[in-house]
Amino acid sequence: MNEATDNIIVFDKVNKWYGNNFHVLRDINLNVRRGERIVVCGPSGSGKSTLIRCINRLEEHQEGHLIVDGTELTDDVKAIDKIRKEVGMVFQQFNLFPHLTVLENLTLSPMYVGKMPKKEAEEKAMTQLKRVRIAEQAGKYPLQLSGGQQQRVAIARALCLTPKIMLFDEPTSALDPEMIKEVLDVMVEMANQGITMICVTHEMGFAKAVADRVIFMDQGQIVEQNTPHEFFNNPQTDRSKDFLSKILGH
Amino acid sequence: MAETIIFQSLPARPAPVNTEGLVPWVKNNLFANWQSTLTTLIVGGLLLFYIPQFINWAVLTATTVPNADACRAEGVGACWGVITEKYRLIIFGRYPFEEQWRPLVATILMVALLVMSCTRMFWKKWLVAVWIVVLAAFFILMYGGMFGLTEVQTDRWGGLPLTIMLATLSIVLCFPIAICVALGRRSNLPAIRTFCTIYVELIRGVPLISVLFMASFMFPLFMPAGVTIDVLIRVLVGVTLFAAAYMAEVIRGGLQAMPKGQAEAAASLGLSYWQTQFKIILPQALAMVVPGIMNNFIGLFKDTSLVYIVSLYELTGSLGLALNSDADWRPYKLEGYLFIVAIYFAFCFAMSRYSLWIEKQVNKSKLR
Ligand SMILES: Nc1ncnc2c1ncn2[C@@H]1O[C@H](COP(=O)(O)OP(=O)(O)OP(=O)(O)O)[C@@H](O)[C@H]1O
Ligand SMILES: [Mg+2]
Repeated sequence: MNEATDNIIVFDKVNKWYGNNFHVLRDINLNVRRGERIVVCGPSGSGKSTLIRCINRLEEHQEGHLIVDGTELTDDVKAIDKIRKEVGMVFQQFNLFPHLTVLENLTLSPMYVGKMPKKEAEEKAMTQLKRVRIAEQAGKYPLQLSGGQQQRVAIARALCLTPKIMLFDEPTSALDPEMIKEVLDVMVEMANQGITMICVTHEMGFAKAVADRVIFMDQGQIVEQNTPHEFFNNPQTDRSKDFLSKILGH
Repeated sequence: MAETIIFQSLPARPAPVNTEGLVPWVKNNLFANWQSTLTTLIVGGLLLFYIPQFINWAVLTATTVPNADACRAEGVGACWGVITEKYRLIIFGRYPFEEQWRPLVATILMVALLVMSCTRMFWKKWLVAVWIVVLAAFFILMYGGMFGLTEVQTDRWGGLPLTIMLATLSIVLCFPIAICVALGRRSNLPAIRTFCTIYVELIRGVPLISVLFMASFMFPLFMPAGVTIDVLIRVLVGVTLFAAAYMAEVIRGGLQAMPKGQAEAAASLGLSYWQTQFKIILPQALAMVVPGIMNNFIGLFKDTSLVYIVSLYELTGSLGLALNSDADWRPYKLEGYLFIVAIYFAFCFAMSRYSLWIEKQVNKSKLR
């Protein structure tokens, strides 16, 4: 294997198809260092979601190697279980469990996956809820909360497994403008605590503030990667120039 | 001096027409326009004509004396005497007469168990133990052969105990099977998916009666000589498998309606397939289809009456048994049927009210 020990995620010539003829990820090579914070952007349909969903095997790749924290992702269920315990994910549509209270949403995985006693799991959950500043809502059901609150609960839920890697798939794009800030604030705080983060987002302010690297994707390929400063001020390719002019244009 | 403003009183108006209470309701709902007035008059007329006749027949001129001659007398309406005379035969079927306290106690235990299971207060782990104890008590009481109880073969069982036992067991057993089949039809494994699909399509393609026939008459032909399985068990298995196929489709409807994100979120949290199904998917999917599930349960309860076809005399069957062989009482079958209709209705109505309550319970998390 070719991964260096400080690379927590290694994509080695990863290819993926949907069905027989839709080539969605093409020769992806990407190394993510431990503790690195990466923002992924690119036009709609370029394969950003697919890329990060491969990391916890919500999607499977067909060619190449994908190694997460030293374990290669294959059909091996044990490997998948191990990796899912180390990788937290936050979705665009929150995906909270509506039939469980906020607290139950958070304790579910520690109790049934982490085999933690209920009491301990609840304490841990409350710590995370405090961290996202929503502890007073613990007894409510998700549908009783606002979008921004729901997304913060979702972040807290992902944190309850103490993951080494956090994946965010457009965490703020289903939110009203005034709620975006409260979620981004929580994410910035997390970013400053040293967890490895890969975040699909078009929030350029967030990228500038916390990202170590911006990855720009188009048509299933990584077109360009650079520091935020370089990427925004000095894009290298016509595709990224075009993309930046569109999202920064108005 | 300033000019004086002349006060002008408003003319008195009538109070607004009362819009609440019985009279306005009748006016608005029954006599709002000429179509509704006409309908009200026709329906009302028919009711006025038939209800007194029915009351006259069922109550005023009815007799409750268990004497067929009294019933045949001129001007006598409903002959409830047939119930007074035959109720033990109808309710307990061919169970030995002197031993009928046993099915009575067994039925009471069973109904108490059902009521308990439906009450939130008792939704505890030990309820499973209560089920095992009560079911064991039911079969010991019914079958006997121990504790000094004489043995009563299953072909003598009948009436209400049999109806309740068949319905309860098939409901309880078909539910997990249905869940497995519904999950199986959505499985990633082609073999499981195909098997479940064939099972559902096969069962739905035949009437219950033919399933019962096969369970009762054809199945033994395929058994090795000397091996016999009690007809009651064979029929129970038949009814259960039949009901499970229908139930599976109702449950699959709920599974189908679940957004993909729920399973993905569960997977991303590391939950296994079964944990995801039992903790996340099924609770929500089942909550969505409570009315459909209860509908099937009620249907199943009434479908148990078909087991008379294989000579098991549950409630409906034992009514026939009680009256057909008795020339004196045979003419009063209508009264007999009304009697068991009342019993069926009581159970089914309770089930449908319970369904509404359950729906409210499972939707609590949706309330804002
Ligand atoms: N399950 C699927 N089956 C077939 N095609 C799919 C599937 N999921 C996604 N696609 C297609 O793959 C392409 C990449 O999808 P992906 O969701 O990764 O894009 P994205 O970059 O995240 O876009 P967006 O910004 O709109 O979220 C799109 O063209 C999409 O239509
Ligand atoms: Mg996407």
